[in-house]
Amino acid sequence: MDLSSDEHLLGDSIITTKVDAVIDWGRQSSLWPFVFGTACCAIEFMATAASRYDIARFGAEVLRFSPRHADLLVVAGTVSMKQAPILKQIYDQMPEPRWVISMGACASSGGFYDNYTTLQGIDEIVPVDVYVAGCPPRPEALLDAVMQIQKMLWSEPALEPRHPNFKSIYDA
Amino acid sequence: MMHRMHIEIEELLKIAPSSSLEGVMGDTPLIQIDALELFNAIKTLKEKLEFTILLDIVGIDWLNYPLQKRERFSLIYLFRHNNFKDTIAIEVAIQEPIFGADSITSIYSGANWLEREIFDQYGIYFASHPNLKRILNHLEFEGYPLRKDYPINQRQICTKAQDMLDELSKELLKKDLDLEKDNLMPLNLGPSHPASHGTIRTIVALDGEKIVASASEIGYLHRGFEKACEYHTYNQIIPYTDRLNYCSALMNNIAFAKTVEEMLDIELPDRAIFIRVILAELSRIIDHLVCLAAALLDMGAQTNYWYLFNPRNDAYDFLSKLTGARLTNSFIRIGGMAYDLYDGWEGDLQDILYKVRKGVDETLIMVAKNRIFQDRVQDISPISPKKAMEMGFTGPNLRACGVDYDMRADKPYYYYDSFDFDVIVGSCGDTYDRLMVRFEEILQSIKIIEQAIVALPKGEINYNDRSITLPPKSEVYNTIEGTINQFKLIFEGIKVAPKIHYSAIEAANGELGFTIISNGSGTPHRVKVRAPSFLHMQAYPQMIEGYQVADAIMTLGSLNIIAGEMDR
Repeated sequence: MDLSSDEHLLGDSIITTKVDAVIDWGRQSSLWPFVFGTACCAIEFMATAASRYDIARFGAEVLRFSPRHADLLVVAGTVSMKQAPILKQIYDQMPEPRWVISMGACASSGGFYDNYTTLQGIDEIVPVDVYVAGCPPRPEALLDAVMQIQKMLWSEPALEPRHPNFKSIYDA
Repeated sequence: MMHRMHIEIEELLKIAPSSSLEGVMGDTPLIQIDALELFNAIKTLKEKLEFTILLDIVGIDWLNYPLQKRERFSLIYLFRHNNFKDTIAIEVAIQEPIFGADSITSIYSGANWLEREIFDQYGIYFASHPNLKRILNHLEFEGYPLRKDYPINQRQICTKAQDMLDELSKELLKKDLDLEKDNLMPLNLGPSHPASHGTIRTIVALDGEKIVASASEIGYLHRGFEKACEYHTYNQIIPYTDRLNYCSALMNNIAFAKTVEEMLDIELPDRAIFIRVILAELSRIIDHLVCLAAALLDMGAQTNYWYLFNPRNDAYDFLSKLTGARLTNSFIRIGGMAYDLYDGWEGDLQDILYKVRKGVDETLIMVAKNRIFQDRVQDISPISPKKAMEMGFTGPNLRACGVDYDMRADKPYYYYDSFDFDVIVGSCGDTYDRLMVRFEEILQSIKIIEQAIVALPKGEINYNDRSITLPPKSEVYNTIEGTINQFKLIFEGIKVAPKIHYSAIEAANGELGFTIISNGSGTPHRVKVRAPSFLHMQAYPQMIEGYQVADAIMTLGSLNIIAGEMDR
């Protein structure tokens, strides 16, 4: 049966749109973060989650401490070489689609820890979507990163894997 | 000070015939002892001479040191007397790292991890150590990073985390248990779990809900602080110290600056000292607020998290106004401060103190007589004063056991003896005491700040010597001397004559000490932090045995382990 000619009969009760747009709309305000907090940045994350900055205003307050429940990985703090395989394992346990925020100088580049023990940026291990500058970044900067992810999410196909070609130092 | 310790030194020299008094580190005598006589000398030190607290063991690589040394490696042991005033240092030259020295773990159980760390970083072996294994670096690491010939940026990939079952089996064996035969369940807690602070890993063997044995793994936040210090000037190290205990960054600044200032033998202007007292006590308040908020959150008491975190945010507003940063302030300089206080600071600070008091009051209304809270924390993981001192506990965790030791009262610095405040002690050292001591200490710190605001003198904030503190900008831009002073201080750093020094302050978590070895240049030869959390963490696996997993989470929260200072 062809309904296209009778669409006007349905009035306001039905909206036609693309599948991608519906899914992305739903995802946007329901990011569930897993906080991979290791150092000073994790303390600032706590401030972001507390009542003054209130990350719930951006729909990202449902903190999940199992990676299998989460779709937003926030790496907050220095990642040492010893910690790197754990970060990798956690990322691998997260279901698609998943986004990654690298919070602060250490996670983004090793920061001023250019030494024998510190990973020089988590993008050697996992693909990063948004880098946040600061040591540590202010809560506002982290909220901005969440908003960047929300924006980014709109322009992406909803059902395709993200970063299929990413290679970490462990894949080499 | 020296004459008071005369008897102790004589006694030591008698026990160890080859030993000699090498010199002093401030008020601390440094005694050189032969490695073969070390064990007996330290046994006497503890059992007869009552040096009950092992403060720290410092490994040193003397390679490229300007003054001649007989051996390349040596160890310095630091002990504190039962009167909490006297400190003694013992240096042992290490002829061959592979033969090393005798382990003193059987005398001071707190030495266990300290010796493991030296083994990990320097490759110095300790004979008859119960578990000589890497502790900060990963097990696939080759070489010894703190040796002077290890390049600072030579990273080594770690492919997998260790399973820790070897250490757990050892603990079980001590109790004559076995995972398989006794049908116990191993359970891994952390490192990536919010209740384990993101960086602490503990493996436990469970009999039902009860923990029968456990072992902890640390080092996940080891970020090479001590090696980095050897490549930076003294003032460049200040930002690194911020990130030790990042909940009270200013206190680490102060502890480090104070040590270097003592090495330079300079007296700060009184105004600088009072500002430091105010900032240190404010940091202590913030640190305790974070500890209590997180601990209560861990037990599901979320409302208190908001009550305690909001005044903390207000304190951060004050700090960002003053220093430009919320968390990592880098505000202290060697010989003074980056800036003076801003106009109107007093009102802001009074307002914060009011809000902090309100937050604490509201929280105490919620928890102090709350049955659930009481049941969850009372008689959980108590630790006896004797055991706590043996493990090297200091600060609120030691005071919770009823030991009346606070450096601000027992070894006063920065005019703390002129302030009116109480040293808060607990009774049995359980989780309840550890939390309640912190609540009370917040109120005492408020009292100290209020007195310091009133007593704050006018005047300079920097020690007036152009080889130590930077000239004012007007001089830098307008006079040639000013430009040269600025240039030399920035590029070469403050020159500190060759010496060994240990100094400490009462930080939020306990005695935060720095052992610094200078070599005459603007960069230290060696910096070792005595981090209270490192020693507290060591006791944790033993403390949680016999309790449930949920109790273990509370115990960890109440010990306030800060990974930044623990792993350095």
